[in-house]
Amino acid sequence: MAGDRSDPIIRVHDVSVQFGVTKVLDGLSLDVKRGEILGFVGPSGAGKSVLTRTIIGLVPKIAGSIEVFGVDLDAADESARRAIERRWGVLFQQGALFSSLNVRQNIQFPVREYLNVSQRLLDEITIAKLGMVGLRPEVADRYPSELSGGMIKRVALARALALDPELVFLDEPTSGLDPIGAGDFDDLVRTLQRTLGLTVFMVTHDLDSLHTACDRIAVLGNGKIIAAGSMADMLASSHPWLRAYFHGKRARAVVG
Amino acid sequence: MDDGPTLEQIAQGDGLALCAAGPWTAGFAPVLERIVADAETLTGSRPNIFIDVSQISKLDTFGAWLIERLRRGLTHGNVEAKIAGLSANYASLVDEVRRVPAAEPTAARQNALITLLEDIGRNVVGFGTTLTDLIGMLGAVLAASGRVLRHPRSFRLTSTVHHLEQVCWRAVPIIVLITFLIGCIISQQGIFHFRKFGADIFVVDMLGVLVLREIGVLLVAIMVAGRSGSAYTAELGSMKMREEIDALRTMGFDPVEVLILPRMLALVIALPILAFLGAMAALYGGGLVAWLYGGVQPEAFLIRLRDAISIDHFVVGMIKAPVMAAVIGIVACVEGLAVQGSAESLGQRTTSSVVKGIFFVIVMDGVFAIFFATIGM
Repeated sequence: MAGDRSDPIIRVHDVSVQFGVTKVLDGLSLDVKRGEILGFVGPSGAGKSVLTRTIIGLVPKIAGSIEVFGVDLDAADESARRAIERRWGVLFQQGALFSSLNVRQNIQFPVREYLNVSQRLLDEITIAKLGMVGLRPEVADRYPSELSGGMIKRVALARALALDPELVFLDEPTSGLDPIGAGDFDDLVRTLQRTLGLTVFMVTHDLDSLHTACDRIAVLGNGKIIAAGSMADMLASSHPWLRAYFHGKRARAVVG
Repeated sequence: MDDGPTLEQIAQGDGLALCAAGPWTAGFAPVLERIVADAETLTGSRPNIFIDVSQISKLDTFGAWLIERLRRGLTHGNVEAKIAGLSANYASLVDEVRRVPAAEPTAARQNALITLLEDIGRNVVGFGTTLTDLIGMLGAVLAASGRVLRHPRSFRLTSTVHHLEQVCWRAVPIIVLITFLIGCIISQQGIFHFRKFGADIFVVDMLGVLVLREIGVLLVAIMVAGRSGSAYTAELGSMKMREEIDALRTMGFDPVEVLILPRMLALVIALPILAFLGAMAALYGGGLVAWLYGGVQPEAFLIRLRDAISIDHFVVGMIKAPVMAAVIGIVACVEGLAVQGSAESLGQRTTSSVVKGIFFVIVMDGVFAIFFATIGM
C-alpha cells in the first residue's frame, strides 16, 4: 500500500511477557518501519522467539500493546485479526510444515483458504514460489519428512510468501543452511523486499545476514531492547555484549 | 481504492500493444485469469506484440506470473511477445517468474476398481507382514529379556516402575468403576430373566463364571489396549518421528531393551492385577444388585458363590491375563516403531494399534477357551 515509508508497520509498546515467575520480556518497546529489514539479535534464551510469537499472537502478554499495520491487536475483532493475518507470513524456526501434506499442498494451503484461484494458477504459482526460494519443481510432490533441513526452511519460506504478504517474520531463517545457501537466502530476502515492498522481521544469529541483508539491527537483552540502529551503530557501541558479539572472533571475518 | 485490473488492446501498425493497468494482484486472480485467457485467444498473426505494463498500479507474484503466462501464450513460432514499460521496482519480480518452468500436468487418476483391488491386495499382504512383524518383535523382546537376565544391572527398574504407575496404578479407578457397573448390569439382567423360572439364585453361578473366567479379564484387556496400548504407540511413534530412537541406537543402546522391555514388563505385571481388581469389583457390583434388586442376601450370595465356582475359573482368568498383556504390548510397540514422518501416520498407527490389539486379544481368548476345554479346566 502507498503508505508513508517512515511510519511503523509494527509498533510494540512497553510489552511484558512472563512465564511462571520468570519475566522474559520486561517493558519492551520496538518499532519496525515499513519496507525495512530488521535483524533481531540477542543471546540464546533471551526471548527473541518469544517476542516474535507475542507479536503474532501465539504468546499472551501481561502488559503493553502491539500494533501491526496500525491496528491494535488486542482491540481488533476476529475479522480484523484475520485480515491482518492474511497480510503477514511467518517462517517458524523448525519450518512447521504440515507433515501430512506434500510440499505442493503446503504452499497451496493458505492460498486456497484465502483466495479464489483456479487450480491451474495455483499449480503454476507453487512452481514459481518454489523457484523463488531456489527449489526445483520435482520437490513439489515430496512430503516434509523426505526433505533435508535446508529444503524444509526453503519450503517453509515459500509457504510464508504464498500470499505475497507485506510483512514476514523469519525465525532464524539461515540456521542450518550452508553458507552459499544462506547467502542466496539473504539475496532472496533482499530481492523480495525490493520487489514486493516487503517488511522483514528477522530473528537471526547469522552475522553475514545482519551485514548484507539487514537495514537495521535491534538487540535484545534483559527483556528490553538494549540497542537499535545500523550495523555501524552496533560496531560503534560500547555495550559489553555488543562488543563481544560484533567484535568477536567469528564477527571479525565478516565485518573486518 | 483502485478499480479492478484491465488489459486494453491497441493496434499499432502491424503490431499489437496490450496495455495492462490497475492492480494485478492475487485478490483479483479470477478476473485476471479471464482477461489473460481472452487475450491469448485474440492473437491473430501479428508479428509484433508488446505487453505494456507501465500502467500497472500494483503487482505481486500472481500478477507477474499471469503476465508471464500471457507472454508465453502469445509467443509461438517466430513471434515473440515482449514486455515493455517495466518499472525498475517490478523488473526483478518479472525476471524471477520468467525463470519458472512450465507446469507439467498432474498424473491422471486411476480407475476406481483397480484402486480397490490394489487396496485389497495390499491389505492381505499387510496382514501377513503384520504377523511376521509381531513374531519378530516377540523374538526381540525375548532376546532382550535373556540379555537382561544375564546382566541384571542393565535392567531399567525406574522406567519399569514409571510405566507400572501409568498403566496400572492410574488405571485402577476407571477399571474398577467400569467393571463394577458391568457386574451390576449382568446381575440385573440375570435376575430379570431367571426370575421367570424361579431360578434367581443361579444368577450367582452365571456372574461367577462370566466374571472370573471371561468378562473380567477380557474387558480389562480391551480397556488396557485402548488406554495403554494407544499411549505406547503414540509415545514410541513420536520418538521415532523425532529421531530419538535413532539417537538411542547410535549411542549403542538397544531400543527394545531401553524402551520396549520396561513397557512390556509393566503391562504384563499390570494386567493380572487390574483383571483381579476388575473381577472383584464386578462380583461386588453383581452381589450388590442381587441383594438390592433380587433380594439375594449377601450370606446366601457368598455361600452359593463358594459352591458354584471352583478355583479353576479364577486360575483360568489369571493365566490369560499376562498373555493378553504381552499381545497388547507387542502390537502397540510394533505399530509405534512403524510410524513414518507425518502426523497422519501417527494417528493411523495409533488407531491400528488399538484395533489390532483388541482383535488379537479376542482371538487369544478363543484359543484359550478351546485349550482349557480340552484339558478339562
